[in-house]
Amino acid sequence: MDILQEIGASLRKGDDNRVAELTRQAIDAGMGVGAILDDGLIGGMNVVGDLFRRHEIFLPEVLLAARAMQKGIDLLKPLMIEEGIPAVGKVVIGTAQGDLHDIGKNLVGIMLKGAGIEVIDLGNDVSAERFVDTAVEAGAPVIGISALLTTTMSSMKGVVDLLRERGLNGKIRTIIGGAPVSKDFADEIGADAYGYDAANAVDQVKALLGVA
Amino acid sequence: MRPALTFLGDELKTKIIDEARHLLCTLGVEIHNPRVLALLGDHGADVDLSKQHVRLTDGLIDQALATVPSGFKLYDAIGRQTHDFSGDNVHFTPGSAAIKILDNGRMRKPVTGDYIRYAKLMSGLEHIQAQSTAFITTDVPEEISDSYRLFLSLMYCEKPVVTGAFTIAAFDIMRDLQLAVRGSAEELKAKPLTIFSCCPTSPIKWSDVTSQNVVDCARQGIPVEFISMPLSGFMAPVTLVGSLIQHTAETLSGVVISQAASPGAPVLYGGSPAIFDIRYETTPMGAVETQMIDCAYSEIGKHLGMPTQAYIGMSDAKQLDAQAGFETSMGATLAALSGINSISGPGMLDFESCQSLEKLVVDNEICGLTQRLVRGIEPREDFPSTPIFEELLRDKHLLIADHTRRHLKEEIFFPGPVVDRANSSRWHEEGGITLHERAAKEVERLVAACAPSALSDDVTTELDRLMTAEARRFGMQSLPGRG
Ligand code: B12
Repeated sequence: MDILQEIGASLRKGDDNRVAELTRQAIDAGMGVGAILDDGLIGGMNVVGDLFRRHEIFLPEVLLAARAMQKGIDLLKPLMIEEGIPAVGKVVIGTAQGDLHDIGKNLVGIMLKGAGIEVIDLGNDVSAERFVDTAVEAGAPVIGISALLTTTMSSMKGVVDLLRERGLNGKIRTIIGGAPVSKDFADEIGADAYGYDAANAVDQVKALLGVA
Repeated sequence: MRPALTFLGDELKTKIIDEARHLLCTLGVEIHNPRVLALLGDHGADVDLSKQHVRLTDGLIDQALATVPSGFKLYDAIGRQTHDFSGDNVHFTPGSAAIKILDNGRMRKPVTGDYIRYAKLMSGLEHIQAQSTAFITTDVPEEISDSYRLFLSLMYCEKPVVTGAFTIAAFDIMRDLQLAVRGSAEELKAKPLTIFSCCPTSPIKWSDVTSQNVVDCARQGIPVEFISMPLSGFMAPVTLVGSLIQHTAETLSGVVISQAASPGAPVLYGGSPAIFDIRYETTPMGAVETQMIDCAYSEIGKHLGMPTQAYIGMSDAKQLDAQAGFETSMGATLAALSGINSISGPGMLDFESCQSLEKLVVDNEICGLTQRLVRGIEPREDFPSTPIFEELLRDKHLLIADHTRRHLKEEIFFPGPVVDRANSSRWHEEGGITLHERAAKEVERLVAACAPSALSDDVTTELDRLMTAEARRFGMQSLPGRG
């Protein structure tokens, strides 16, 4: 098994120390940062994601894999910056203003990180201004909003409207989720995407980012 | 004898409570509300305003447990007593605050007409003693979706209401609607009409909204049910005992807030814990472990001297199917055997997010059966038994015996027409209709049979005026038509 395949296998086992060790070996062996990232870490996480979708492994195993992947990313990060390789993408997430249900949002955040996406988590009860200002400052092309209450759903529209007001629609895309939210509601308020669970959120965000 | 179910021995109960008290006094509670923190500070708790954090003391907890009532009564809109939350008395109320309804097998967003049908149906379901604000309607601004449910409930059904506010601001209108029904604050305090659900936020936290709701309710004499929701293995320890420790800490902190605000304020020691299903990222209410935690914390609540409540007796199914039936009846049966005083759940599907009128009709029978179950087996005129057997041997049956006529109704519960007890030939001859069809027919019958509420015109006009004014604040000039 070559090193990159072994990174994938260790990710599936959630063995974070082994993933770090292998990533270091790969770097030392002069493998390209892009290859380690795409074929080793992200490739491995894609397999984990597929197994999860097929109900062959469960959430805790994905979280362990995501944690292991983070260890590898931490080692690659300085090299990525040096070589000007961008992260897969950047997403700002939070719960809608007035909403304290953050369990779903947290899961979405963990899964996004697991897919190699940089996540800026604003926590809960986030105003439209904070969502938009943060995305602009951080250069994040996607904002993810979670709402579990019917009374807070309307503030999701506030984010979409504010982006439009500032001429940022199209440049910064929005994705929404949470039990009372639906694809129809996303269309109604003009959000760019809707995700029904954490794995689906990853697929949808990747589509927004234009990465496979 | 009343049959009873227990999960915890005295020793384990005491250990769990001691542990929870220790957590409250050492790790403390996060409370995102400066007024509530100040209140607890005034009562001797160790408050850190900058960290929105408070450490309770044993003295404060003991004081709260000394003043919290061991029971209270509830009254309908007309002022008649309907509930006595004490001892092991069992009452049912529909699962509350759903965001969807099941309509002919399809889930959709509810509107005013659906809510009116629900309220009328509730009037006719005799084994479900309280209504709840069971779902929100989407034809009013979201900001009033919590208060508007209460308005419709009060207009169309006399039963008391289990409800709750989604924001601090909504409390005022929800209180005013109740004052309009009762006439004065004193009368509302003397005869509580609603119960408000207030949720701590796991782990061991209170939000601005819900902690304020607890205080506002306590001062107004509106009973509160604490709805702590530890999610085992995710936002709480995976062990059932660990989840119980967390539930006890969160609920006790609520009791302390309520009693500090107004000693003697009525509360239900409640909850809606769940295990976390790591396979689907969901919070199954029909899981047996969820139901075990419910029954066990009820034992703890009673041990601490409070009446209890639980979100149990509902299902995670998406249809009125066999899963809906078995999860609901298992939960309702366990809850009744545990003596949970207010059992929330009937009608509910899909992890507390969908209500079904047909399911309510079916669940009404489940409630009837379990209420019969907990009346248990009592000797009546059974000793000596010779006379009744002599009569049987002589007449060859006891169908019209005096003994039968005296005891038939108290001994045997006859469910309504949704429960099929016909022989198969008769079932075929009567159309071979399915449970779902029988339930739909029964919904229509009961909605049509509902008499208008006996609230006076003055009161309903005032309710309408209050609600319309509230709707106008959020841009809706007149309330949706109710014709
Ligand atoms: C747990 C819970 C709580 C906990 C939350 C703890 C926490 N830290 O989050 C506590 C106890 C605090 C709570 C409080 C309240 N709750 Co609550 N709660 C729930 C419950 C039972 C489960 C939610 C949950 O965590 N599910 C598990 C997670 C993993 O699933 P999820 O959130 O749906 O997320 C998944 C997807 O939706 C998606 N997703 C989520 N977000 C996003 C975002 C993006 C961008 C994407 C792509 C995808 C995505 O992916 C996630 C992973 O699969 C729901 C019922 C339900 N079925 O939703 C009620 C529910 C949402 N709550 C409800 C209510 C009424 C309240 C309170 C108002 C009660 C009160 N009066 O005190 C308060 C409100 C507090 C506030 N201001 O927010 C109602 C809402 C009713 C309505 N009409 O809006 C519900 C439906 C229950 C009910 N029927 O009463 N609640």
